[in-house]
Amino acid sequence: MKSLERSKIKFNAQQPNMLFDRIREKLSILADAAKYDVSCASSGGKRANTNKGLGNNTGMGICHSYTEDGRCVSLLKILLTNHCIYDCAYCVTRKSNDIKRAAFKIQEVVDLTINFYRRNYIEGLFLSSGIFKNADYTMERLINVAKKLRLEENFNGYIHLKSIPGTSDELMREAGLYADRLSVNIEIPTVSGLKLLAPDKKHEDFIKPMEKVKNEIIQYNTERKIIKSTPRYAPAGQSTQMIIGATGESDRDIMYSATYYYKKFNMRRVYYSGYVPVLTDNRLPSLGTEVPMLRENRLYQTDWLLRFYGFSVNEILNDTHKNLDLDIDPKLSWALRNLNLFPIDINTANKLMLARVPGIGMQSVYKILEARKFRNLDWSHLKAIGIALNRAQYFITCNSKDFHKKELSASSLKNILLKNSNSKYTKHFNQQLSLFS
Amino acid sequence: MNPQTILVYDGTFDGFLCCVFTVYDQKITDPIIRKRSQTNNQLFTITEDIITKKQQAIRVWNGFKKKTTSNEQRGFFKAFLSEIKGVENTLLNYMKSIFIKTSRNAIDFSNKDILKISQVARMVEREKHRMEAFVRFQLIKDSLYVSTVAPDFNVLPLIIHHFKDRYADQKWLIFDTTRKYGIYYDLNSVEIVTFDNVSEIDPKTIKGHYCNQEIDFQKLWTTYYNNVNIKARKNTKLHVQHLPKRYWKYLTEKM
Ligand code: SF4
Repeated sequence: MKSLERSKIKFNAQQPNMLFDRIREKLSILADAAKYDVSCASSGGKRANTNKGLGNNTGMGICHSYTEDGRCVSLLKILLTNHCIYDCAYCVTRKSNDIKRAAFKIQEVVDLTINFYRRNYIEGLFLSSGIFKNADYTMERLINVAKKLRLEENFNGYIHLKSIPGTSDELMREAGLYADRLSVNIEIPTVSGLKLLAPDKKHEDFIKPMEKVKNEIIQYNTERKIIKSTPRYAPAGQSTQMIIGATGESDRDIMYSATYYYKKFNMRRVYYSGYVPVLTDNRLPSLGTEVPMLRENRLYQTDWLLRFYGFSVNEILNDTHKNLDLDIDPKLSWALRNLNLFPIDINTANKLMLARVPGIGMQSVYKILEARKFRNLDWSHLKAIGIALNRAQYFITCNSKDFHKKELSASSLKNILLKNSNSKYTKHFNQQLSLFS
Repeated sequence: MNPQTILVYDGTFDGFLCCVFTVYDQKITDPIIRKRSQTNNQLFTITEDIITKKQQAIRVWNGFKKKTTSNEQRGFFKAFLSEIKGVENTLLNYMKSIFIKTSRNAIDFSNKDILKISQVARMVEREKHRMEAFVRFQLIKDSLYVSTVAPDFNVLPLIIHHFKDRYADQKWLIFDTTRKYGIYYDLNSVEIVTFDNVSEIDPKTIKGHYCNQEIDFQKLWTTYYNNVNIKARKNTKLHVQHLPKRYWKYLTEKM
């Protein structure tokens, strides 16, 4: 086992403890600096284990552990270095911040990844970096790690590389040959916010690598149709992240930006990361300001509705409704604003409309469509299927004379729903977040 | 009152299918199917020992396969592996309703046996995923990666494929300490293994055989785990919901 032999030399050479301690210190610094990137997905973009090598990517991300804040641990997520020439206000790694700095050697990252992977700790590597010297110089090193893993270690696990804003097209092309996913974090949802918080970064520098990745993927997809052996390019596509609550942007601003990135660059995912105050800076919320976790959750719910439930963004957020409700989820909020469309008949309504009923998730929609082929469904069937009747009952009728005939106003219905699922909602305020109740 | 027939089988999936065969062959109504290892304390029953015959099992399974999708077949097998008391009878009822069906078309989610099976299958599936996630290999001498687990359901048969495919270039062993058997991959194929002396696979013995870097990597992993936590977002409820405490005993980062 090649890699084991080599790493043995690394950690057990002359002064094993010193070396080990040094690696451990670097790991703690560079994991700590990378943790504010919330993307943990290792899903999408299958990669088979060829030639009996190490690892595969089944396309279904596995969370191997969870942090104490309840987030999925799926990847070894680290920075190659936290030295940086920039001074972005929202970032712990910024030049003017007085912190310990460290840098991994390329081989050290390779060894950690392989040894963690072999023990079933992780699905793969998510490598990002502070920018040292310039964008290309940094990107080249990230690519080298991925290249070594693929070519020398025969590694087929998941690799996510951060594209450094301003990287040249040639390097972006090379990155996609080894990485499953590439991402540039837009971080600040609006151009004006970016100007304020990262004055030396240019909006175009973020856009350029995104554009390149998108074009490469399109090109790959067309070429593959003609030549089977076309080398794969970033099979898990690209993603980006926005920080929430660092500048005064509205939920509408955020979701319109997200929609733009989904459409314009074929993003697989947009992540929303509630700003964690780490620095004192009068442009930013002060230290000790609570992380807007509930708001973050509502944004994810909205994102979900847009991607899987057939909603369009202006139905949920618009000029009269600029921010999401915190006390109810966006689907219920939409339903309450459109009570004229309800109740719907479970036995005849189409798929899109079923998906819009509060308390009915996509899985239940599918089951309803199957089950109603056999018989007209009544309340007991719906219960057995597992829909949340305590909410759905006000929006549907079924094969029963028993249903809510009373016309309720949106506000009184909201009160009833809040009351009879009280525990569920107060839980949200105890930071108990779930995607949909 | 007619005495009820109890069909006793060896606990294997084939054995269970032979029970189904017998039910049809002898036109038994309302039988109870149970494993030999479960003791019988019911009066007024006829107990019949079912001998597992591969041929019969195959006949039943082929009949089932003709009328179901591969998804439904997997669901059926998973529900069986749940080992939930009485699951055999639910499976029998389910099979009966499938055999009556005329074609392969859609699933009737309002049939309660079908619903029950799909629920149990989902629980087993979840445990399978947990094992794929929570297995922690420890490297011992002779380049063998070892892990011990105690899953809620008998899911090792379901995870073989995943681990074989992923760790194709390393020898590994995953041992179920509750059911006292393991799956072992020797770089070629996966075999079911048991130990005459279970102490050969207890945590202490495994530790005694660690390769010299093992502890270092465990420490590095724990260091990593502790450093990715964001204290400002602490949420213990959510944490244990995702990572129930009963699994902590085999998680390196939680020891
Ligand atoms: S360039 Fe990146 S690492 Fe450097 S300060 Fe800005 S956000 Fe942080």
